[in-house]
Amino acid sequence: MSETSRRELLQAIALSVTAGQLSLEAAQHVHGIAAQEKAAGVYKPKALTPHEYKTLEKLADVIIPADDTSPGAAAAGACEFIDLLASQNPQLLAIYTGGIAWLDHSSQRLYSKDFVSAAPPQQTTLLDLIAYRKNESPALGPGIRFFEWARRMVVDAYYTSPAGIKAIGYLGNTAVAKFEVPQEAIDYALRRSPA
Amino acid sequence: MFQIAPRSPVYDVVVIGSGAGGGTVTKVLADLGINVALVEAGPMLDPQKDFKEHMWPYQVPHRGIGEGGAGYFGPSPWAFGYFTATSGGWQLPGEPYTVAPGNKFEWFRSRVIGGRTNHFGRIALRFADYDFTPYSRDGLGTDWPIGYDDLAPYYDKAESFIGVTGSKEGIRSAPDGIFQPCPPPRVHELLVQRAAKRLNIPCIPSRLAVITKPTNGRPPCHYCAQCGRGCLTASNYSSSQVQIFPAMKTGRVKLFTNAMARELLTDGAGRVTAVAYVDKATRTEKQIRCRTVVLACGACESARLLLNSKSGGNPNGLANGSGQVGRNLTDSVGYSLGAHIPALDGLPRHNADGMGGMHLYIPWWLWDAKNKDFPRGYHVEISGGFHMPGIGSFHTDCREHEGYGKDLKDTIYKHFGASVSFAGRGEQIPNERTFCEIDPDVVDQYGIPVLRFHFQWTDDELKQAQHMHETFQALLETMGGTVMRPKPNFLAGEGISMGGEIIHELGTIRMGNDPATSALNRYCQAHEVKNLFVADAAPFVSNPDKNPTLTIVAMAWRTAEYLAEEMRKGNV
Repeated sequence: MSETSRRELLQAIALSVTAGQLSLEAAQHVHGIAAQEKAAGVYKPKALTPHEYKTLEKLADVIIPADDTSPGAAAAGACEFIDLLASQNPQLLAIYTGGIAWLDHSSQRLYSKDFVSAAPPQQTTLLDLIAYRKNESPALGPGIRFFEWARRMVVDAYYTSPAGIKAIGYLGNTAVAKFEVPQEAIDYALRRSPA
Repeated sequence: MFQIAPRSPVYDVVVIGSGAGGGTVTKVLADLGINVALVEAGPMLDPQKDFKEHMWPYQVPHRGIGEGGAGYFGPSPWAFGYFTATSGGWQLPGEPYTVAPGNKFEWFRSRVIGGRTNHFGRIALRFADYDFTPYSRDGLGTDWPIGYDDLAPYYDKAESFIGVTGSKEGIRSAPDGIFQPCPPPRVHELLVQRAAKRLNIPCIPSRLAVITKPTNGRPPCHYCAQCGRGCLTASNYSSSQVQIFPAMKTGRVKLFTNAMARELLTDGAGRVTAVAYVDKATRTEKQIRCRTVVLACGACESARLLLNSKSGGNPNGLANGSGQVGRNLTDSVGYSLGAHIPALDGLPRHNADGMGGMHLYIPWWLWDAKNKDFPRGYHVEISGGFHMPGIGSFHTDCREHEGYGKDLKDTIYKHFGASVSFAGRGEQIPNERTFCEIDPDVVDQYGIPVLRFHFQWTDDELKQAQHMHETFQALLETMGGTVMRPKPNFLAGEGISMGGEIIHELGTIRMGNDPATSALNRYCQAHEVKNLFVADAAPFVSNPDKNPTLTIVAMAWRTAEYLAEEMRKGNV
């Protein structure tokens, strides 16, 4: 949502609340604009090399893949978020360049290919080693540390994007004249609750 | 040498500080036709520009974590996150404070019109009748010079004017007031209420300074849950929007912003004649002449100002013959605990935003219990439900589920909104080892000597925090949750909040009937300086388990009316 759209929403809220009736269409309208704005333009990496960025895109979509109802993390802008912050912080950049290099070395050693060129089952084998703390070992430590960073930041980026907010089903950040809780949701929880 | 410019106007009242106390005094006095100079150490507030209400995280490239991912590497650059209306923080550049060796204390300051009321939690609780007589009840602390009945009419005025939600419950620890309807409980709050009932604990509609009906030209809440970001429709209480901006429209308020009060200047008769302040823009010292002065800088800052006012030959500071200024410092006892509640997994999605805060809370319920191992008590705040996702919202899932792919995505979906946590806010009893004083070695960037803090909990507070843990664990387990956190060793100081962390510091210029043991009389007027009043939480004699803001407003209202009447009679 651009600053102008947000202002329109706020004005609509102020007017409709004062008038005693709320124009929810107005609110939904500006929310729609927000989604359209996101689609514009192709991002050019500022910090990572094209190969590193491609590797990050692969990782992002492995961490949060697309499904029937929502896109994956790369399409939702996760790599842009990470690359932008890395371009502002050498410490963060080193985590990603170092982590991606570690991944490539490991893949080369195992499969004689870098990570993005390895076959999907090979990629999965490698990631399954570094996606769990139970595999902690001197050999895997750097990979596990890196994957924790990537997972956390990909998840952060995804669920703070318009697509991720839709995927998680957050329906707020709007204005309503009356606060109500659907009976269906109450019944669902009470039925499942021990108390 | 201080020289007062001969043509500088003399203001009837100079109010220093623009938070809950200063805002209330300013509004009440301006409405009574009195000219007020309002002195604020920070800038003017512009809600349209300064508040980030309704922004989505993706409207900022860093999504709220800070440039370069700052928040991943240390504390967030913004005390309560990028999107809040918080101005200031635990440390202000160029304005240090010190902490004595072996002590821990953090001091939160907001330098802006409205102060900390722009972002505060809006919890608005009356003190109970017994809270004014703590010493008489259990032999600890000191009784107030006033009782509940003295303050009740001002609680009425405060609630009617600022607007507070709630319901009539007839619970002694949580006196009923003049309430606006509270919106219905969210799903997780209903589960808490059911669990509480099983444990014989009351759980009642929240008392928040949020309006749900049009009030004094302010439109009602639109239920976006973003009170902490500042409300552009002023549907919650902030002193800036609800008191100061309207007071300015009377034409009787002269605002001095970016004006850091340095010292109160007195004449030979022991009356304050002017406020000396540093104009931050030019770093020059200026003065405002006054007939009376009201301190409302926040308890510790007000104490600092008195302790630094030595011009009248008061080596211990102004109005401090009792030696009590800076003593009796307390904060609320804080502890919180949460858990995943499986009954809420996959909860059907709906807009659960509501007011910016809980719709139900737990007032203290054991005020008559004889078999507990600590004095006084606490109330319980509830959080949970679907919140706007932000950076960090799913770090727990990342850490605990690990893995990746569809599994992780499904788990995050299932767990969204399925956690509940409780925060206790309890009473600390003043003790000898908890106070603030002037650090003899350090000045701030304006040359003003800074505060040095001493802060120690006693076993009374540590045991109380332990009781909070046991209560929260019982509630969470009754709801079907499993507490993952090992029980802290409370008696070793683990688990309990740090002093200052709950931002309920008060008591540093206490009121009382005896000038030998208190600095202020029962109207918060200095015993020794008749034209000096204090209207923040510094006069409080105890720090009950109720967040102080509503009582600050009520007390400041009472003080302002008394001051106006004394001026009319020519007594000050």
